[in-house]
Amino acid sequence: MSDSLLSRRVPRRGFLLGLQLALGSAVLPLEAFGAPAAGTGKVKKLKRVAGSGPGFSPNVFLHLAADGTLTVVCHRSEMGQGVRSSLPVLLADELGADRSRMHIVQADGDAVYGDQNTDGSSSVRGHYDQLRTLAATARTVLVRVGARQLGVKPSECSAQDHEVRHPPSGRKVSFASLALLAEKEPLPPPEQVQLRPHAELRHRISADGLGEHLPLHDGPAYVMGKAVFGADVRRPGMLTAVIARPPVVGGQVLGFDEAAARQVRGVRHVVALPQPKAPYVFQPWGGVAVVADDTWAAQRGREALNVRWEAGPNQSYDSNRYRETLLSSVRAPGKALRKVGDAEAALAKAARRIEAEYYVPHLPHAPMEPAVAVAEVHGNRCEVWAPTQNPQAARKEAARVLGVPEENVDVHVTFLGGGFGRKSKADFVAEAVWLARELKVPVRVQWTREDDLQHDYYNTVSQQRMVAGLDGNGKLLAWHQRSAFPPIGTVFGGEPRPSEGDFQQGVLDVALDVPNVLCEACEAPAHVRIGWLRSVYNIFHAFSTNCFIDEIATARGADCRDVMLEVLGPARKITSTAELGVEQLRNYGASLDEHPVDVGRLRKVIERVTELSSWSTRARDGRALGLAAHRSFLSYVAVVVSVVQAPNGKLRVDEAWVALDAGRIINRDRVRAQMEGSVIFGMSLALYGSMTMTAGVTDQKNFRDLRLVRMADAPRAIHVDIQQSSELSGGVGEPGVPPVAPAIANAVFARTGQRVRELPLSTLFTV
Amino acid sequence: MSDSTAKLSIRVNGVPHQLDVDPDMPLLWVLRDVLGLTGTKYGCGQALCGACTVHVDGQVVRSCCTPVRRAEGREVLTIEGLSEDGSHPLQRAWLELGVPQCGFCQAGQIMTAAALLRKHPRPSLEQVEQSMAGNLCRCGTYTRIRAAVQRAAALAAEGSGNNGSKVSS
Repeated sequence: MSDSLLSRRVPRRGFLLGLQLALGSAVLPLEAFGAPAAGTGKVKKLKRVAGSGPGFSPNVFLHLAADGTLTVVCHRSEMGQGVRSSLPVLLADELGADRSRMHIVQADGDAVYGDQNTDGSSSVRGHYDQLRTLAATARTVLVRVGARQLGVKPSECSAQDHEVRHPPSGRKVSFASLALLAEKEPLPPPEQVQLRPHAELRHRISADGLGEHLPLHDGPAYVMGKAVFGADVRRPGMLTAVIARPPVVGGQVLGFDEAAARQVRGVRHVVALPQPKAPYVFQPWGGVAVVADDTWAAQRGREALNVRWEAGPNQSYDSNRYRETLLSSVRAPGKALRKVGDAEAALAKAARRIEAEYYVPHLPHAPMEPAVAVAEVHGNRCEVWAPTQNPQAARKEAARVLGVPEENVDVHVTFLGGGFGRKSKADFVAEAVWLARELKVPVRVQWTREDDLQHDYYNTVSQQRMVAGLDGNGKLLAWHQRSAFPPIGTVFGGEPRPSEGDFQQGVLDVALDVPNVLCEACEAPAHVRIGWLRSVYNIFHAFSTNCFIDEIATARGADCRDVMLEVLGPARKITSTAELGVEQLRNYGASLDEHPVDVGRLRKVIERVTELSSWSTRARDGRALGLAAHRSFLSYVAVVVSVVQAPNGKLRVDEAWVALDAGRIINRDRVRAQMEGSVIFGMSLALYGSMTMTAGVTDQKNFRDLRLVRMADAPRAIHVDIQQSSELSGGVGEPGVPPVAPAIANAVFARTGQRVRELPLSTLFTV
Repeated sequence: MSDSTAKLSIRVNGVPHQLDVDPDMPLLWVLRDVLGLTGTKYGCGQALCGACTVHVDGQVVRSCCTPVRRAEGREVLTIEGLSEDGSHPLQRAWLELGVPQCGFCQAGQIMTAAALLRKHPRPSLEQVEQSMAGNLCRCGTYTRIRAAVQRAAALAAEGSGNNGSKVSS
């Protein structure tokens, strides 16, 4: 199938020789992509990478063949966000290409492409100008050689529809006929490269300013069952491994029945994996692998193993009892990470205090495709096929396992059957690589659903304590927040307490028009592997903040929307950490000058979503609305949900409205789809999603005990309103999630009069 | 373990196969690991998510929990056999409404919907929700799937671009 990622993978090996890169820097200089070195006018030109055959290869992302075929590399992983239907369009439109002649290939993991970690909602916001500059450089060359062919000045020419045109004479020359000439032309220095005005980018053009309706590039492959996901990779002689992993983190194998496993027809090998050592990072989890001709045999072989485990110190972990640990933690002072005025003094003399504590449990990723990877090792070289969000991390981990240089490892990225952060960890790749080397055959490691739920890098568990002080008129004088959760850093050997970097997600970056603010990070040791899940810490910080604002509004007898706008304060752009009362703000990797905390934009989406949902008539006909809003990943989202209650008491979300300002966007329909998906994802975690541990072992084993939203639970309609914006791009994949759970909680309160201070709702209500 | 030499006969997408496999092996793994038809997906192994949905003699089955012996002598239809060129009304409606996100569950969704449309050419919303209840989508494409099933029903009724036999296969 020509549309599969695999058949079009980039022929990488050998093409990158001679390339000198500043590896390890967060943002690679443009010369890493084959663009001219700044200022020198000297060109470091790469050999053909994007496409093979004669043609024009200005950088590793583009190749224009002599027949006019334009090959565009997508260096970010496709996991449902539609990146392959977005970034290549940006490159093609900046170039002036006819998109129907564009052919997309998926990049292998290689630092030559810059950052490939498809995480942090960063594919568009982090690469927009860089990719445009690369395409504009290529266009400048094509225009120059085209003008020469036509005998006219380059300044009088333009590039559109795969042609260089000279409007004064009406003459034109095709890209195809220029490809070989362009290849011989030196690349222009940066000062000679100009980006198109935004209005000239074809996908931006539409009557409403939101841009063109772009097709889903991989749609046909998906609906015909031809898209190749990680689990679909087949290699000659490949065996399938299923692994029994320690049920408790840090546990060890005491013994197992190898003979019984080997008796299963089709089982070829039974292998104990090395015991991982803390910090676990992305190491294989240990345990025993059963390797067989097919998945069924491997699974049955594993059932026969009867592994005896030494559970280790984390067998004391009981997630319900751990709530007490977290509660004690937030009831004592922590480390102050945000301070404005003197919140404690202000609270002491406040006319009225409002207090609330909020709890959000561990949450699972549960992508529909469980983790899987295929590896093949030949001598000191290795090839990997995997649905990875972070192919460079996978490459690094494979190299670490094998003890070879990264250059010896090729990581081919397949389609991802969902990722949500789970597949940015390289543990499953490391398992496949280790087994392939050990057994000297190509190995596919297939995680079962039970493996996925039992051995996740769970979103962390959190407890928040919020205290507000009001004056006699109900005006907010003080805001005191404590947050305790085992941070992701614990997997990498970090402290068992949230850091400034962790608190940037919905604590330090929240606009508060309150004279006294204190936010403290409280201790919380980890007993399971913690990882990032779609929107990460924003999930519980947006939950506590938005629910608390609703509680303050209720206490004052005021409208939640009005109090929310009052707490945020007037429209303004916060560009100083001092105004926020923090020492530093990671701000998702952007400077506050480029991406301030823009209160006006947040106010606007709140105003928009309440207008669309007829907020003023919010409790009528047996339904109630709830509101929440949150800035994350440099985008602004407000959500209203409607909750209805059946005569038997069952609650249901029957309608949802989302207003989003993500700055400039590329593919409006994929942005809309991400908001729709965020509502469903947020509903699953708000209503049902909870991972609990007893004696260190995760209780949920499959979709029988982990409930997720199904079609009948989904709202009748999800209305998405995208702000037309010329601001710098923000994220899209994650920012829709955080406001969903608090909007539901606030609607449930409006409907039932019962406060929701913990998730999931299924522990308190029939949902 | 049975090592039985008796071969199993099944037809998949119209092609006959003689299989030398454990008759208890789920149909899913026969399709994926033995026949190389990877369009049908593994999602849970317990008939809880619907990613593995195929038709056996026109009936929806969760292939992850269906021993291959139960398909002996029968006709199995997978996503690869739904249409040759993506022209089934469901596939067209899916593209028209931009349903897939990651795409992993969509083959199962479409196969479930195909059986529904064969039984109820103009299904009600309740019939759609009831039929599709066993198919999970973690990306959250449900509102579009609902609309796309109805759209496919309309496309099938129009009969445009569809030879008719696929819907009733």
